[in-house]
Amino acid sequence: MSFKNSIVSFSVGFIFAIGLGVSGMTQPAKVIGFLDVFGNWDPSLIFVMAGAIAVHFVLFKLATKRKSPLFSTQWDIPNKKEITPALIVGSMMFGAGWGLGGFCPGPAITSLASFESRPFIFVLSMIAGMFLFRFVDKFLKLRK
Amino acid sequence: MNQGWVNAGLGGIIIGIAVSLMLLLNGRVTGISGIISGTLPQTKGDTLWRILFVLGLFTGGLVIKTVKPDVFLNELPTETLTTVIAGLLVGFGTIMGSGCTSGHGVCGISRLSMRSILATITFIIAGVVVVYVI
Repeated sequence: MSFKNSIVSFSVGFIFAIGLGVSGMTQPAKVIGFLDVFGNWDPSLIFVMAGAIAVHFVLFKLATKRKSPLFSTQWDIPNKKEITPALIVGSMMFGAGWGLGGFCPGPAITSLASFESRPFIFVLSMIAGMFLFRFVDKFLKLRK
Repeated sequence: MNQGWVNAGLGGIIIGIAVSLMLLLNGRVTGISGIISGTLPQTKGDTLWRILFVLGLFTGGLVIKTVKPDVFLNELPTETLTTVIAGLLVGFGTIMGSGCTSGHGVCGISRLSMRSILATITFIIAGVVVVYVI
């Protein structure tokens, strides 16, 4: 982990947050409006994913033509293929929480900057949930 | 064109550029749930870049707050207990399911990972069901 990699990490987090703010993802009401398909549906957030995927689909292909990343010796990209119950059940739980609170992990961290109580409560609970999974997984080995 | 759609697309493009920089320069996937989990105690491996990424997300938030504070507008009447349950589900679920909106929804789908495509369809459907029910 070099100094350059550190600068990249911070900068990517920063740019990502700006993207979240511009897109509307930091507004829980917009997120819930997006998920409210059978009610007062606000489809705008589809364009967040569409825009991000359109850019990254092309740049991923171009970047990985290289033997290695610019500031690292090797690619570190997940290559798991197996469809596991943990993948599906975990995603169901995540989606349920996303619909309840209107926050996913990135926007929740960025929203801490609002210094309002709800993002703070959400992030603390999210961290508790992560520890809870680690604890449960010691016994159940759900991700093996 | 609807301004909300334009902003959403523009924000999405910025996010796409951010995750592409992380890939091209550091060779890594920007999976935010995994990065957050990797900053917590008892994580194996390098934690510094993860902490810096999270700090970047927060610092970006500070800039947004200064420029355009209504970006954090939250008029939802969500109860504290609901927020706690939501957070627990998101934390538990993203680690169990190996990713969230960024790792599966953006990075995974962009490289056509079947796991990420299924995960994304699953969490969107689950979110739609929960919003419909409550």
